[in-house]
Amino acid sequence: MSIASQLPALQIVVPLLVAPLTVLLRGSGLAWAAATAASAMAFAIAVALTLTALDGATISYDMGGWPAPYGIELRLDAFSALLLLLTTGASTLSLLGARDSIAELMGESREPLFYAAWLVALAGLCGIAITGDAFNVFVFMEISSLATYVLIAAGPDRRALTAAFKYLIMGTVGATFYLIGVGLVYMMTGTLNFADMEARLAEVDEVRPIVVAAGFITIGLALKAAIFPLHVWLPNAYSSAPNLVTVFIAACSTKVALYVLLRFDFFVFHGNLVGHAFQFSSFLAPLAVLGILVGSAVAVVESNVKRLLAYSSVAQLGYILLGASFGDVAGMTAAITLMFNHGLAKGALFLAIAALAMHTRGHTLADLSGAARQMPWTAAALVIAGASLIGIPGTAGFISKWLLLQAALQQGPLGVVAAVAVVVGSLAALAYVWRIIEPLYFGTAEGSTAGGSTAAYTATPRLLLLALWLAAGANVYFGLIPAVPVSLSELAAAELLGHLR
Amino acid sequence: MELLGLFNYWVFAVLLMVGFYAVIAKTNMVKKLLGLSIFQGAVFLLYITMDKVDGGTAPIIQPGVVDAIYSNPLPQVLILTAIVVGISTTALGLALIVRIYEAYGTIEEDETQRLDIE
Repeated sequence: MSIASQLPALQIVVPLLVAPLTVLLRGSGLAWAAATAASAMAFAIAVALTLTALDGATISYDMGGWPAPYGIELRLDAFSALLLLLTTGASTLSLLGARDSIAELMGESREPLFYAAWLVALAGLCGIAITGDAFNVFVFMEISSLATYVLIAAGPDRRALTAAFKYLIMGTVGATFYLIGVGLVYMMTGTLNFADMEARLAEVDEVRPIVVAAGFITIGLALKAAIFPLHVWLPNAYSSAPNLVTVFIAACSTKVALYVLLRFDFFVFHGNLVGHAFQFSSFLAPLAVLGILVGSAVAVVESNVKRLLAYSSVAQLGYILLGASFGDVAGMTAAITLMFNHGLAKGALFLAIAALAMHTRGHTLADLSGAARQMPWTAAALVIAGASLIGIPGTAGFISKWLLLQAALQQGPLGVVAAVAVVVGSLAALAYVWRIIEPLYFGTAEGSTAGGSTAAYTATPRLLLLALWLAAGANVYFGLIPAVPVSLSELAAAELLGHLR
Repeated sequence: MELLGLFNYWVFAVLLMVGFYAVIAKTNMVKKLLGLSIFQGAVFLLYITMDKVDGGTAPIIQPGVVDAIYSNPLPQVLILTAIVVGISTTALGLALIVRIYEAYGTIEEDETQRLDIE
């Protein structure tokens, strides 16, 4: 048995095993180095797995040697590969830039614990993406969520505590709803394996418990994924978490919940419930449009940069859901590409904010005044990431917006409404990204506290700048050569919708 | 008989709503967390109820016993895991409440919001 065949298990095991080891690593920077190395290794594994998934192959791994419907199956297809790539990539880049600001925030004694929690969160997110078992998803979801609450509560001021508590309450309610749904499906089918469930549901006569289960699962995961109007935990959590933690969770944690939502609703339920497609789109498409409009509108008037970007995330999740609610391959491809590209853009933006915050301390727009003069490289990267968020040609964001608009226009009259919402949202994005860039480049330096009490941070840490430019570079690269995410999305969409009967 | 047969499911629904009400309506964080525990406990009951087979016994294979009816052990195992998750969540929530009390001097949610605005 070669090591290559064990890669699906190693994807989870590497961060999970290194996590307790980091706790033991005292001394400055050691825990950080171990966590970054483990995360980079997870990223390398994800790349290797993606290369096989690009051929359209599905890897199935029997955990502990128990065959699939009885044991827990790890199942890697194009959709999970894309999610793994995003999750491990975001974790690695944000860890790369995290050393100095986290060392300052946590102090030497608590630093190892912080990185342990980070790796546990990473292991949980990877686990959700790769497992093929519905109950296993719940366990990994709670592993990653509990670790994420800890990471958020590590934030610099006391608001982080109340934000983490609110997230804990809402996250647990969401996970418990999911658990009820899985229980009802298990009651009717006697299986927890996604593929087996899909096959056995066809033989179930009494569909009412399944319909109820679909409701519970969709609502529960919508809570976890912060879909409007269940997003209330998100702005507080994003804005009060430590900056680098925001990078990590903004880039991937809501997307992973959305991944489970799409997998359950389309892979498992779609072909088996009469009228499910109609219910899904008539229920979620209006919410998606409202999410786009409300999220964008709040972002346009918000004065705290991190909250502004958090509300922009609410709008972006609306785009993803809108694409999925079209219920055809074009819409689903757009939705999945958006998941990846929004992760890239938002991750890069929050990295830029993290770099700026080491100078300016405050997070209001006024605090950014004139910062571009002292930090030209950071500001330039922020402009690139902002362009990607808006969807300007040449960046990754353009590819996914374009796919989404094309899919919307195939939908007839209602699709035009959706397309209008997308365009309005993009114009609003232009407005709120400009609201960040304008003080950055044209503001007078009076509002900035740079050079005052924060003289210790005259230069942005090199590693943070490197991570930022890698992220910004990825936005340009996937904008010019979008083959990998788009073909993975097409494969994933075909698999999710391939079960239509 | 039908009503009695569904007794556990009625208890599940009632407990679920009692817990959910507390989570939504109470401003005291400890009470919220208590509600969350009741909410999760209701789901444990759902799983344990569905694994019961009429006349079924504990799923242990014994020599000499053939054709015994066993209850389904899988949901019990699942729920053991879910109980552990529930305990971790409660522990973390309580730890957060302790730190919130240290930082704010109160564990009423509306008061912490008021203190943040000031």
